[in-house]
Amino acid sequence: MSGSPLRKERPEGASSPVLGWPKRPPSRPRQASWRVAAWRSSGGNLGRTWPVIVLFLPPALLLFTMFVILPMGEAGWYSLFRWSGYGPPTEFVGLRNFAILLGNSAFRTALTNNALIILVSLALQLPLAMWTAMLLSHRIRGTVTFRLVFFLPYVLADVAAGLIWRFVYDGDYGLIAALAGFLGFGPVYVLADRDIAIYAVLAVVVWKYFGFHMMLFIAGLQAIDNSYYEAADLDGATGWQKFRYVTLPLLGPTVRLSVFFAVIGSLQLFDLVMPLTGGGPSDSTQTLVTFLYTYGVTRMRVGFGSAVGVVLFVICIVLAFTYKRILMRHD
Amino acid sequence: MTETRQGASYADTRRRPGFVAALYIYTSLFVVAAIVLIPLVTTALGGFKTLGELRVNPFGLPTDWQWANYWDILVSARYWQMLGNSLLIAVLTVFLTLAVASMAAFTLAHVHFFGNRFLMNYFLLGLMFPIATAILPLFIRIRDLDLLDSYMGVVLPQVAFGLGMSILLLRNFFRNVPRELFEAAFVDGSGYIRFFWYITLPLSRPILATVGIIAFVHSWNSYIVPLIMLNSQDKYPWPLGIMIYQGEFSTDWQLVLAFITLTIMPTVIVFFAAQKHIVAGLTAGAVKA
Repeated sequence: MSGSPLRKERPEGASSPVLGWPKRPPSRPRQASWRVAAWRSSGGNLGRTWPVIVLFLPPALLLFTMFVILPMGEAGWYSLFRWSGYGPPTEFVGLRNFAILLGNSAFRTALTNNALIILVSLALQLPLAMWTAMLLSHRIRGTVTFRLVFFLPYVLADVAAGLIWRFVYDGDYGLIAALAGFLGFGPVYVLADRDIAIYAVLAVVVWKYFGFHMMLFIAGLQAIDNSYYEAADLDGATGWQKFRYVTLPLLGPTVRLSVFFAVIGSLQLFDLVMPLTGGGPSDSTQTLVTFLYTYGVTRMRVGFGSAVGVVLFVICIVLAFTYKRILMRHD
Repeated sequence: MTETRQGASYADTRRRPGFVAALYIYTSLFVVAAIVLIPLVTTALGGFKTLGELRVNPFGLPTDWQWANYWDILVSARYWQMLGNSLLIAVLTVFLTLAVASMAAFTLAHVHFFGNRFLMNYFLLGLMFPIATAILPLFIRIRDLDLLDSYMGVVLPQVAFGLGMSILLLRNFFRNVPRELFEAAFVDGSGYIRFFWYITLPLSRPILATVGIIAFVHSWNSYIVPLIMLNSQDKYPWPLGIMIYQGEFSTDWQLVLAFITLTIMPTVIVFFAAQKHIVAGLTAGAVKA
């Protein structure tokens, strides 16, 4: 920038046109100042750029590289070792950690559970969110309060929500116990039954997160122009037809966004499961991350745990790319 | 609540529903609201009961209100200490996130230099991957930096993993600062850094609030990072403290329920007091990105 030829013609001291800048005739607005002219001839920058680049970028770059990018790479490297985390990793085992993983039945349960969580999020939670959003789009009293109530579980910490539901499901004191007693069953221990515990967890997932997706849908609905509905009314469309052929297509971007968040959120489910079941009984409610924690972190098997991390990483990449290819085609 | 309506939208101009439709709508809404609220209300009420009453009467009002359950926790040092720890960690996280992310976002939004787009995409990588993928190497790194069992050992990874979203939100907002302002400032002799401090930041309060709220809520509720980085109980934030408490008093559900209620109370109060900003912040983070 300092090498601009215009600098010589208008030295900084003689900058009277600068002071007159707001009163310039509007026809040729930017020619009054050599600095602006210099900016236009230099690819859009004004003044010296190196101080801001040298001062402003490194903190973020350093933090991000040290605590996000490098650990991701290291996970890939460590996953090739058998390592307790002390001293340098020396016991190279190649892909054996991955072979052990694939043969581990708890890990396979974790994979199916994660798939189940994604399925329920998409097939149950999003329709519920859409339905409540549609209900709240009517002109009735109290919509603001209902919205807040439905959003409340999302704001609570996963750990607190998990503990609350642990009480709800408790066979001796909880609400399910009271319900079972009322209906005349014996005590029911939902979270201790390895066949149904995972469904109990899934119910809590829906309870906790549907309000967030509902808020997204409400925002999306409010952005739809009413003239579409007036046109549909003129054509004699029924309520369902309006939903199917007007609302749903126009809500497309919001739905895709919602799907993205539901999938990413499902993959990293951990905080909610720990207070509910901790992955038990007998590993029936493990997710990828609880598995990583139980078998990698608590036993300090760094190589093995990193291998789980790598699997999660690969799943994220594959899903992100398929998602981009399939759903983002139109955006 | 969401004030950003553009023109006449669906909800604004629809006719009021008739009686049958209204009945259906209200019934559905109340059923869903009941499912959402009953676990929360019974938890709060359960804290006022004795264990014996909890067994026979989990739903109803307590016959004899046990204020001591709540009072004993409220006067315990443990409760205030873990809330204090959470607050400290969250405030540090918000402050660092805002400082670091706004500087980087400003440079990426306004300065043209070789590699600008590449760097933006580099930061966006952080959006795709959950922190759990790298939690073990992260633990080793924090240990080697001698930050284990310190607040900074929790704050730094949290800030780093929030950077992708924060930089994206801030950059998109900064880019909309009118060009004319820029030209005027430069004509008057301001450089980038002065422009950032005196013009960009004051103009960007809404987005700074959004990013701050997201960082605060995530840090306040975060569990896995402190779980792995901290080992002494006097540094535990509340999500860890509540799990320890539950482990200690696992059979005394009435105490656990009182404890849960008291720990989520700050969240609930702040949520209802600042609901407009919190809902807007948490959903804008998703929509604007």
